[in-house]
Amino acid sequence: MSKDAAVVSGGKSGKKSAGLHNTILYFKQHWQLYVVFLLPALVLTIVFRYIPMGGILIAFQRYNPIRGIMGSEWVGLKYFERFLSSPDFLTYLGNTLKLSVFGLLWGFPVPILLAFLLNRIASTGIKKKIQLVLYMPNFISVIVLCGIVRILLSVTGPINLFFGSQINFMTMPEAFRTIYIVSGIWQGAGWASIMYTAALSNASKELKEAALIDGANIFQQIKAVEWPAIKDMVVIQFILQAGNIMSIGFEKAYALQTDLNLKSSEIIATYVYKKGLLDGDYSFSTAVGLFNTVINVVLLLAVNKVVAKMNDGKGI
Amino acid sequence: MKKKSKFMRYSTQDKALLMIGYILLGLFVVAIIVPVIYIVIASFMDPVTLQNKGITFDFEKWTLTAYQRVMSNAQIWIGFKNAVIYSLVFTAVSVFITLLAAYPMSRSDFKGRKFFNAIFVITMFFGGGLIPTYLLISNLGLLDSMWAIILPGAFSVWNMIIARTYYQGIPGDLQEAAMVDGANEVVYFFKILLPVCTPVIAVLALWQFVGMWNSYFDAMIYLNDSAKQPLQLVLRSILIQNQPESGMISDMQSTAARAQLAELLKYATIIISSLPLLVMYPFFQKYFDSGIMAGSIKG
Repeated sequence: MSKDAAVVSGGKSGKKSAGLHNTILYFKQHWQLYVVFLLPALVLTIVFRYIPMGGILIAFQRYNPIRGIMGSEWVGLKYFERFLSSPDFLTYLGNTLKLSVFGLLWGFPVPILLAFLLNRIASTGIKKKIQLVLYMPNFISVIVLCGIVRILLSVTGPINLFFGSQINFMTMPEAFRTIYIVSGIWQGAGWASIMYTAALSNASKELKEAALIDGANIFQQIKAVEWPAIKDMVVIQFILQAGNIMSIGFEKAYALQTDLNLKSSEIIATYVYKKGLLDGDYSFSTAVGLFNTVINVVLLLAVNKVVAKMNDGKGI
Repeated sequence: MKKKSKFMRYSTQDKALLMIGYILLGLFVVAIIVPVIYIVIASFMDPVTLQNKGITFDFEKWTLTAYQRVMSNAQIWIGFKNAVIYSLVFTAVSVFITLLAAYPMSRSDFKGRKFFNAIFVITMFFGGGLIPTYLLISNLGLLDSMWAIILPGAFSVWNMIIARTYYQGIPGDLQEAAMVDGANEVVYFFKILLPVCTPVIAVLALWQFVGMWNSYFDAMIYLNDSAKQPLQLVLRSILIQNQPESGMISDMQSTAARAQLAELLKYATIIISSLPLLVMYPFFQKYFDSGIMAGSIKG
């Protein structure tokens, strides 16, 4: 309807004013889309996402809260140099990368495997019950999860009691990554399997029947029917997770840290928090955080490109 | 009968493979359940026995001491009350704003769609980081206000994409019919579109609620007043920092007894604080598949 009106009015006047007229007409009819629907989200995004991006400038200043961004002294890349040349830099970068790369390599296949197995359960009732158990840890908070981990692994805890040993796992730097990754799989793998399970149950019924009639064995069925049903999803998930390698969460690492395991548990996110909010070193902390974000963006673009190449040009 | 015949159709080799698969799945399920059962049983035990022998099954000795002590602590209840308020307000505000924004973004005839989409998507990958955000919140005078933990995350681009994808799956004739009847965008959205989007609304609401209920970082940096702290921060001092709330153990005479009791209180605290969500989530199970599928494919 609106298009017809626009064409009619466009015929009467010149081309340029017709375009303007169309636009005015469009906004007259659709102003609600902008003002009622989009505006709240836009305001929140600008205030809480874009204004802080401007605040990144303090990474290049000796920021003084009283003088503000306008009045503080510019120091160029001083804080980046300080971070990159400090002996801790490689440790924290390494801890961050190892924690998320190993977490991804160990954790990524588990939900897919779970989905394949769930898909082979013929009884819907049993399947639903198992899923209910698998989803449960997702609803436990990070604090409670880490509380449970600390209880189970404490010197007087059940694991030491069972083996008759007295090992204090939470103080061992070499145990931290394993604890982090295993508890992560425990908590997240079941929940992450949902989308694969849903995609598998939507896989073409005819293909399934045809494969069965052809006498295909399980591996052949997976190759012909099930893998094609989830392949795109696996690719997208992998890109997203690999691209987020540097943005590994603060909450869990911080809740599993002890003074003695810092050698492997201090990651960039926890370091940024401690330097910035506990020590009040705003500019340095912002510089470290920016360094982290930039690496993350570069990684995301790179991973997207590589996967797109392998996947016939299809990235995100 | 049907189940059996399906299994029988597999070859011997496949059956062996399947058995291994089922055993792995079974082990995973057991690995999830065992720690939970351990915590439940331990929460009823006598602290001295628990520390020396671990779990025993002499039920006469079971006690509710830990629960009584945790439940009679005021800070736990303050935490609960705050967590409920923050999570409900956050869920309502966030889901509403996200559902609204997703509507124009779902329409191919919406002018400026690409531009706004770029503005939103950039924020998924790039941001100001901790300190600039903290300084902003502080400059806005939101420190120690619940809006500091609600507003910054209230609009989620990811959830907007999920809602948008869901809207796009709804037949366009619905809208044409409504417009012919003289309904404007707002009327169409609330009266016709939203009522058929229950699965995605349920899933988004559940995610936001659970996310707020279970997080602690924002509250830790923005809310210092102990009267405003949500449950997770109270739990953090009990479970992670080993600092039980005052009054929970202070009546015990010896240091050893206090330490044992503090340990026992952790179990009861875990149960009491996790119970609400663990009771709630099974009721949402039927929405999980449809809601998650909506957002996962087209991304």
